Amino acid sequence: MTALTGPRATRRLILQGAASVALLGLGNLPFAPARAAANDKYPEEAFRQKSEADAIKALYGRTAEPSDKVKLDAPEIAENGGVVPISVTTTLDKVTSISFFVAENPSALAASYKIPEGTIPGVANRLKMAKTTNVVAIVEADGKLYSATKEVKVTVGGCGG
Amino acid sequence: MAIRRRDFLKNAGLAAASLSLPRLARGAEAASIYDLERFGNARVLHLTDTHAQLNPVYFREPSVNIGIGEMAGRPPHLVGRAFLERFGIRPDSADAYAFSCFEFEKSAGRFGKLGGFAHLKTLIDRLRGDAGEKHSVLVDGGDLWQGTGLTNIMQGRDMVEVANLLGIEAMTGHWEFTYGEQALRDNLRRFKGEFLAQNVFLTEEAAFNDAPAFDKATGRVFKPSVIKELGGHRVAIVGQAFPYVPIAHPKRFTPDWTFGIREEELQKHVDGLRGTDRVDAVILLSHNGMDVDLKLGSRVTGIDVILGGHTHDAIPQPIAVKNASGTTLVTNAGSNGKFLAVLDLALDKGKVSDVKYHLLPVYSELLKPDPGMAELIGRLRAPFVTDWSEKIATPDRLLYRRDNFAGPVDELICTALRSELDAEVALSPGFRWGVTALSGQALTMEDLLAETAISYPETYVQEMTGTQIKDVLEDICDNLFNADPYYQQGGDMVRAGGLSYTCTPTAAIGSRISELKLNGGKAVSANHRYKVAGWASVNGQQGAPVWEVVAKYLRSGRMSQERLGSGVTLKGVEGNPGIAGQG
Repeated sequence: MTALTGPRATRRLILQGAASVALLGLGNLPFAPARAAANDKYPEEAFRQKSEADAIKALYGRTAEPSDKVKLDAPEIAENGGVVPISVTTTLDKVTSISFFVAENPSALAASYKIPEGTIPGVANRLKMAKTTNVVAIVEADGKLYSATKEVKVTVGGCGG
Repeated sequence: MAIRRRDFLKNAGLAAASLSLPRLARGAEAASIYDLERFGNARVLHLTDTHAQLNPVYFREPSVNIGIGEMAGRPPHLVGRAFLERFGIRPDSADAYAFSCFEFEKSAGRFGKLGGFAHLKTLIDRLRGDAGEKHSVLVDGGDLWQGTGLTNIMQGRDMVEVANLLGIEAMTGHWEFTYGEQALRDNLRRFKGEFLAQNVFLTEEAAFNDAPAFDKATGRVFKPSVIKELGGHRVAIVGQAFPYVPIAHPKRFTPDWTFGIREEELQKHVDGLRGTDRVDAVILLSHNGMDVDLKLGSRVTGIDVILGGHTHDAIPQPIAVKNASGTTLVTNAGSNGKFLAVLDLALDKGKVSDVKYHLLPVYSELLKPDPGMAELIGRLRAPFVTDWSEKIATPDRLLYRRDNFAGPVDELICTALRSELDAEVALSPGFRWGVTALSGQALTMEDLLAETAISYPETYVQEMTGTQIKDVLEDICDNLFNADPYYQQGGDMVRAGGLSYTCTPTAAIGSRISELKLNGGKAVSANHRYKVAGWASVNGQQGAPVWEVVAKYLRSGRMSQERLGSGVTLKGVEGNPGIAGQG
């Protein structure tokens, strides 16, 4: 009836994204840093920061400007705070990295993806959040930082009408 | 009966709430209240949130329904006199009784019960007959299969039979999901209409494991829409199920499915219907709730009318919402079978050129029950009616449920839970279904089930600290009063028994609830552990079903000695017309 290619693309992206999150998200694996990206050190310092601002600073050394070219897809209310599906796509050119921050998590940086040249700049993953929080996506493109923010509510549930 | 009929004749200035015509300008003859002026070339009849009430009911509309921020003082957040004034309804009319809480008890005796499927059948057949062959469609917005002991025990099968006889051609769902996937699918195999939901998808895991879906490519579990030929035009009806099923209810009922508002997928689908399928009109059959629909209507383009439900708001006229490509009309059609919405469309090639909308109260005393439907209802009820007709108690007060914070039905449930389960505090969900019982009316098990019959009725007793109790109240309060409707779930505030508190709806989450006190005035302390009883938990529980606990309490005869009362003090909403007697 209608051309609906979106979710199919998402599945591809999840597969792509899964590879990088496995590398970067599981920082305690000794071999991960070496394989994460040939030219970059594993951002240990950034993953250690508590606040979102500090983590962004540690990772990028700059601040980001909000942009409607960064499309952050996240549920308004999480069905399960343990696995909240979050994805980012962008129409920006020359994207080199995409990172996710969960403001209220104990360590704000959740995942950071290097986007090699010629790759579609889109990633999807699942993030864990214990309580209602802002989720911030940052896209690094042509040396500049762009962001999108969305609040995800984590609720005890129940009591629907 | 004759006197009643005269009351209608005198007072029922009913129903013709057209967009162009002020409500006061309508004709006022009872004999003709269901004779609608012919208009347009397609008629859509909309029922929603009937909650399986097969027979006519009393149902008191809320006296507290507060809107915050942008929603303050706007429909649906108007009650009592403020509501009547906004919609130009005379306070002494039958309409005032049907649409508002104004002088409910006085009017109940005059105008009687509303709804009932045999009465609805008569009215629907007549309105479809008036429209002519192939000029009408009957749709249901969900919560059709839940709300009575009968439908709970039959897992909705009774209502599928009723829906088939009534002629429902398309529906969406909410409580329909709470019988689990197997029961839902079994029912849908028997249902002659279409079950539509553009916003229910397989989880990634379920898709990977090849779980059944309407469309494997998109992961959509159900058909998103259907196109009906009406009056020689093509009308698309898109289904929007309740977006928060796995959050508001135990996730175990829908483990393979993920919901959400899904604005973007909806926009894409509507664009496809307009662009590829060349439809002349797009209607969203929604179980979002009215505040969510009003926001959605301002953001998604290409929808002509959102026929809404979930929040049980009986709104006589559509609310027009502007968006980037035009205007979308948003309706909400009440609950419990009290109302039938009639949307008459004047369709042209590719567009709706004009609209007339009526939200007709279904006055059971003005409609002859359809014999075929009456027979079916009798047959469905027969196996249970004897067991459930025993008189349990005769309360000396009006029992109703709807209000944002409290209602006598839930005060009774909370008192019963505390008393029978020996708890200091009781919590009861803020459901909006459940019928009204007049003072002095005998309560039967069937009546109790009409307030409590769900697929997870188990009671529990657990220890909670003062902090945990406050957190629960804050969390649920945010579902009502979050400034952004997309973060609201509908439903009302959890009812608290044995506990009083102050609520500031305009504050932010974490700061709305204060001054928590136990009965007797002792302040709730943050670290002390309290014994809390409740039911309808999203986590699995083992206790007796709540209706048994309440019945036991009522049979003990203690109710008459106890004075019920809610202990919620509101702050910061002075003058808000969402509170009766204010504004």
